[in-house]
Amino acid sequence: MKRLKSPRKLGRWLLLGAASALLLTGCSPQQFSVLNPAGPVASSELQLIILSGVLVLVVVAFVIVLLAFIVGRYREKPNNNAPYTPEWSESRSLEIIWWAIPIVIVVVLGIFTGIKTFSLTRPPEATSNPMIVQVQSLDWKWLFQYPGQKIATLNYLEIPTGQPIEFVLTSNAPMNSFWIPQLGGMEMTMPGMQMRLWLQADKTGVYEGRGANFTGTGFAHMTFNVKAVPMATFTQWVSQVQSSKPALTNAEYQTLVKPGLAGVKEYSSYPANLFMKVVMKDNGGQKPMGLNGGM
Amino acid sequence: MSGVQQFLSHFFITGPFEIGGDVSIGLVSIAILFILTRYKLWGWLWREWLTSVDHKKIGIMYLLAALLMLFRGGVDALMIRTQLAIPGNSFLQAEHYDQIFTTHGTIMILFMAMPFIFAMMNIVVPLQIGARDVAFPYLNAISFWLFFFGAMLLNISFVIGGSPDAGWVNYPPLAELRFSPGPGDNFYLLSIMISGIGSVATGINFLVTILKMRAPGMTLMRMPMFSWAILATCIDIIFAFPALTIALGLEFMDRMFGAHFFTVSGGGNPMMYVNLFWMWGHPEVYIVILPAFGIFSEIVPTFARKKLFGYTAMVTSLLLIAIISYFVWLHHFFTMGAGADVNTFFAIASMFVAIPTGVKVFNWLFTMYRGRIRTTIPMLWFLAFVPNFAIGGATGVMLAAAPADYQYHNSYFLVAHFHQVLIGGVVYGMLAGMYYWWPKMFGILLEEKWAKWGYWFFNIGFYVCFMPQYPLGLMGMTRRMYTYPAGMGWTTLNQISTVGAFIMGLGFIFIVWGIVTSILHPVKDTTGDPWDARTLEWSLPSPAPHYNFARIPQIEGRDAWWAMKQKGLTKLDDSTPIVPIHMPKSSGKPFIMGVLFFVAGFGFVFNWFILAALGMVGVVILLFSRSFEYDTDYYVPVDEVKHTEALYGRS
Ligand code: HEM
Ligand SMILES: [Cu+2]
Repeated sequence: MKRLKSPRKLGRWLLLGAASALLLTGCSPQQFSVLNPAGPVASSELQLIILSGVLVLVVVAFVIVLLAFIVGRYREKPNNNAPYTPEWSESRSLEIIWWAIPIVIVVVLGIFTGIKTFSLTRPPEATSNPMIVQVQSLDWKWLFQYPGQKIATLNYLEIPTGQPIEFVLTSNAPMNSFWIPQLGGMEMTMPGMQMRLWLQADKTGVYEGRGANFTGTGFAHMTFNVKAVPMATFTQWVSQVQSSKPALTNAEYQTLVKPGLAGVKEYSSYPANLFMKVVMKDNGGQKPMGLNGGM
Repeated sequence: MSGVQQFLSHFFITGPFEIGGDVSIGLVSIAILFILTRYKLWGWLWREWLTSVDHKKIGIMYLLAALLMLFRGGVDALMIRTQLAIPGNSFLQAEHYDQIFTTHGTIMILFMAMPFIFAMMNIVVPLQIGARDVAFPYLNAISFWLFFFGAMLLNISFVIGGSPDAGWVNYPPLAELRFSPGPGDNFYLLSIMISGIGSVATGINFLVTILKMRAPGMTLMRMPMFSWAILATCIDIIFAFPALTIALGLEFMDRMFGAHFFTVSGGGNPMMYVNLFWMWGHPEVYIVILPAFGIFSEIVPTFARKKLFGYTAMVTSLLLIAIISYFVWLHHFFTMGAGADVNTFFAIASMFVAIPTGVKVFNWLFTMYRGRIRTTIPMLWFLAFVPNFAIGGATGVMLAAAPADYQYHNSYFLVAHFHQVLIGGVVYGMLAGMYYWWPKMFGILLEEKWAKWGYWFFNIGFYVCFMPQYPLGLMGMTRRMYTYPAGMGWTTLNQISTVGAFIMGLGFIFIVWGIVTSILHPVKDTTGDPWDARTLEWSLPSPAPHYNFARIPQIEGRDAWWAMKQKGLTKLDDSTPIVPIHMPKSSGKPFIMGVLFFVAGFGFVFNWFILAALGMVGVVILLFSRSFEYDTDYYVPVDEVKHTEALYGRS
């Protein structure tokens, strides 16, 4: 038995080391983007994350404590006089308890999940004129079109705060996923489809956005910054883009579609109907699918 | 001439890793050929192994293959973790990294976890239910060789033609010709389709074996829990694998013959692939975990010296899990936004899986309650499994809350979840089973010292490696990124994770070393029942004779062997006369069938349709020739049975 001690002792030290290392990693709380919502959608999702986390934590802690207790008490060692009932194998009441408790937990969590799922398909705030941004994932860049403002941006988003924004998503490349963790969860971009995702920023700031679904060698570089600014600043930025930036031509769009990386760009206009053409082209010219919900 | 050169440079991949791979494959092959020839082992290898239809030997070959693949997949994992240890690392380029995580995932699920569960069910099920072999031994050999040559096909892609690189889920359009030209992706499709035929056959084979070949008196409700788990697994295999076959078959036609099932430009729809894939993919994760549950249900009563708690609830929960797992597949793509109603349905269905799973955990705990727990190596792996699986299941429930999943999907939070259940559940379960049944397989006991070092390193390494990945996910790090910039706050956690991966690697080496030393200095298992266990396989000598049971026992209750021991018996009843035993004959055809499928697969990979046709014609000829073969079985004479039994000191 003596020999066994050493690996176990080593184990304890390693565990201790790991725990303290985790505390000392120096990652600041702000970097936990999912836990730092900057808008109503991300906040609402965070509530569910916390609720589900707490519920399951209770069960996990209970299981681990029970395991430790049972193993501690019923180990086979000399003079262990804990009860020993080798044939005892049924207990209706105990079994009812552990069928019932998980059922209760699942029902509670299920109800909240259902409510949230439905509510997130609607705009985060009642609004008469939502702003629309059309998003295309390309190999390996993000193209954003603002149909209300008639401008476009590449690998960069600027949005007004306090304004629900309806993102309409498609892809002119393999499927990707449009994700701005601090504003809310992701939604897939798919060729031949348009998906809808509601997001809103309540605080000004710059937020990380990225593609979350693997699309090939340039995938890791598909990041973009989202700048949330007050409405007035936003309007100013729009008119400045409209007046001083070049137009996105069909020719330039064709080069964007080719696989490769690109920097940040702003365009004062884009070819008419570009977004719908992309959706329809990849849809064999049929009626476009999608827009049936999303969240 | 330059055409040939160009062909060769695409055919043989040349890069530092590939040349390293070439050299090591070459050296190992030469070493194996040398040893086989030097010690005149060719005949032995062919007679005893390659042509064997004995379920025990097939099981051992599966086990060996699974451990080899665990090694290969593990090396891939260490390369991935090395690359991610530093931001902006240039250890691997994107092309390489993509190939490595794709083969890592494919190998670990399809060519490590699957053969590992097949190993366990082959070795144990017939012995446990009192049968002399599986229902279709010849088919069983075909299953193995199709798996084996499928796995080989995927593995050679590393040095010939190039590895697949579209992820183990291989979604179109990324996996279609337009975005993945070249043979890499074909290797993925062909290797899985070939081994998949074998998997379905195994599912049918064991379903029939369990339903039709139990010893007299062993009703279903007296059956050991491991066999129950395999029954549930087989149901899942039979109904899930066809979805994968269809998904991959259609994708194969897209790539090979220009069909448009999933290519968007021709009116196809990639979402169909995603649905079909996960209709298999989710049951698949239960296909690999249910056998682990079964193994633990054997180990816990044995080492707690107590009857399994709540047998009926254990059976019910197994079947519930097997059935519910068909109604949850969409949780793998909530973010495709199928609509709030659909998402809600699948979210709640997914959470329901956790209920029977939780019941199983409590039943194991209460099997130990008021028992006497021996912390042997198999039991240690169970004790490590419980907290691990509790956390993994818990994060699974968190992922199942659809709106929350919008924030976890494809992030490292997800990566941590499934490694926790797959390693902490499946791998721990299979290792526990391997340690538990090793004496039965080989007749020797495994040493404990290195096994314990391996256990602690693997376990601690696990937490160090995967716990940091949960917070990484919440920091926005997504899976399949070959690199990341500094300043995201991800660096330290990634470094810790990498350290953990190498600790696990050391653990694996210790485990293997423990096995090697046990083989070099064997301690024989003379009793056949080294653990003082409860089920029928332990009534046989170790290793079991090739016909398993000289006389088929009569079963009178659960834990048949334990009940006999309680009555004071030390071996099975041997008062009835021995009669000649009907057994299947060995055959070389399953092996040749595997080779032919490999040839056909290789032909398809490179669009060499003549080669592919030759392989397929060979397969058909072989099928015909088997159909007209009548001399496929024989009787072991009574004298030979008596002689063999006497060698074990039995009569
Ligand atoms: C308590 C039961 C479980 C629940 C509720 C659950 C839930 C989930 C959910 C919702 C996802 C998808 C998350 C996403 O893609 O965003 C997922 C992924 C996954 N789960 Fe589980 N899970 C459970 C148990 C298991 C078990 C037992 C295994 C395997 C042994 C497993 C293996 C996986 C794998 C491999 C994936 C990811 C596959 C991929 O995307 O590559 N899960 N799980
Ligand atoms: Cu699943």
